Amino acid sequence: MIKKPNRLSSTLDSELIIKDARRELQLAMPSRRLFGKRALTLGGLSLLTGCEITDNESVNRMLTNISRMNDGVQAWLFDPNKMAPTYPASMITRPFPFNAFYGEDEITEVDGDAYRLDIKGLVSNKKSWTLPELRRLPQVEQITRHICVEGWSAIGRWGGVPFAGFLKHIGADLNAKYIAFRCADDYYTSIDMPTALHAQTQLTLTYDGEILPPKYGFPMKLRMPTKLGYKNPKHIASIEVTNTYPGGYWEDQGYNWFGGA
Amino acid sequence: MKASLSVMPTTPDVPPARTVHPLWLRVTHWINAFSVVIMIASGWRIYNASPIFPFIFPKEWTLGGWLGGALQWHFAAMWLLAINGFVYLSLNLLSGRAQRKFFPLRPKEVLHDFVQALKGKLQHASLDHYNAVQKLAYLSVIADLILIVVSGLAIWKSVQFPLLRDLMGGFDNARIVHFFAMSFVVLFIVVHIVMVALVPRTLLAMLRGR
Repeated sequence: MIKKPNRLSSTLDSELIIKDARRELQLAMPSRRLFGKRALTLGGLSLLTGCEITDNESVNRMLTNISRMNDGVQAWLFDPNKMAPTYPASMITRPFPFNAFYGEDEITEVDGDAYRLDIKGLVSNKKSWTLPELRRLPQVEQITRHICVEGWSAIGRWGGVPFAGFLKHIGADLNAKYIAFRCADDYYTSIDMPTALHAQTQLTLTYDGEILPPKYGFPMKLRMPTKLGYKNPKHIASIEVTNTYPGGYWEDQGYNWFGGA
Repeated sequence: MKASLSVMPTTPDVPPARTVHPLWLRVTHWINAFSVVIMIASGWRIYNASPIFPFIFPKEWTLGGWLGGALQWHFAAMWLLAINGFVYLSLNLLSGRAQRKFFPLRPKEVLHDFVQALKGKLQHASLDHYNAVQKLAYLSVIADLILIVVSGLAIWKSVQFPLLRDLMGGFDNARIVHFFAMSFVVLFIVVHIVMVALVPRTLLAMLRGR
């Protein structure tokens, strides 16, 4: 930009001002036209839609706020009596895909004998649980579709303890807002109470009739066919009932918190 | 004097400026264009995370940077697309404009106008009257956008909307329907922009109404 001389002290000359304005306009117009031309090209469009917008702080805040609003909409849409479809054993996806935030060669190995499930927060009985104790609780099975946030889906067979029954058994405050999970592989996530109490939400101890293998979350995972895959934590080490928003590994990076299907 | 006056034409050479597109239509058109571009660009990034076909979209053409960012854009712009679409359809139907502009639509006229268009002989004499090919194209893209929303809802809430899920042939199939509905919109946009480039007056009309 051309630096304008300071004319405050000089007499105001209308002709000079008009001249000045004209020059400013001439300077501004070509760039404005150029911008228009550029904005119409594909390159300009990608510039508008590319990194620049994505990196903008206020745009990101707006997107995060809308994602929060979508949490509310999904909580409102969630029907506790609506069941995810179940499938015959012949439709099970084989092999069932492994998926985590690390590779298959980095799977966490948990010692089943030393394993203790810790119970924290708004719960009357905070006694921790061993694996045999968990296996002695009434068990159920489901063959349901696992839907990944990436878009793929796979049908699997999971067995374990209905989570609603477990929460009542340990005297959890069922009016609390969140259940938070901390995992042996440093993963963490949290869910809403209505989903925790859904009949198909399960503390999973087996896969396809066998002890849950490490790649699917030994010794215990949470299985919810009503939520996307990243909401289903593996290798669960502790369960906390809380009213403080706990977030999650992916959720804190931008995945939608409710993640309902 | 009297004689010369009577020679004067009673109507001016240029017809009075008439509004071809009412304001509500122009506003909803551009909001729709904006939201559709965001939905497509972010949708392509989401597709890339788990492609259904053996190709992905070039990263530079996508929006969001990564899957999480693209999902945020997609699930934000969906409100704009859906609410704006609802306003457009309501005003179009209630005002009687849809009936006036798009009907009657006869297959014979579509065929005739399509052949004329290929020969480069289709006239755009009047902007406030759509030829049969235009009528079919606009009605198709409206129906396609409805299909996009319905298949999108089936993917987003496959457990909560079992009817939509079954209508789309299950979760995996809903993704395929969603993809082809997107493809049709892209095809429409390409043809639409080429036609606007050929008849630039239409762009003016969509901006200032006449």
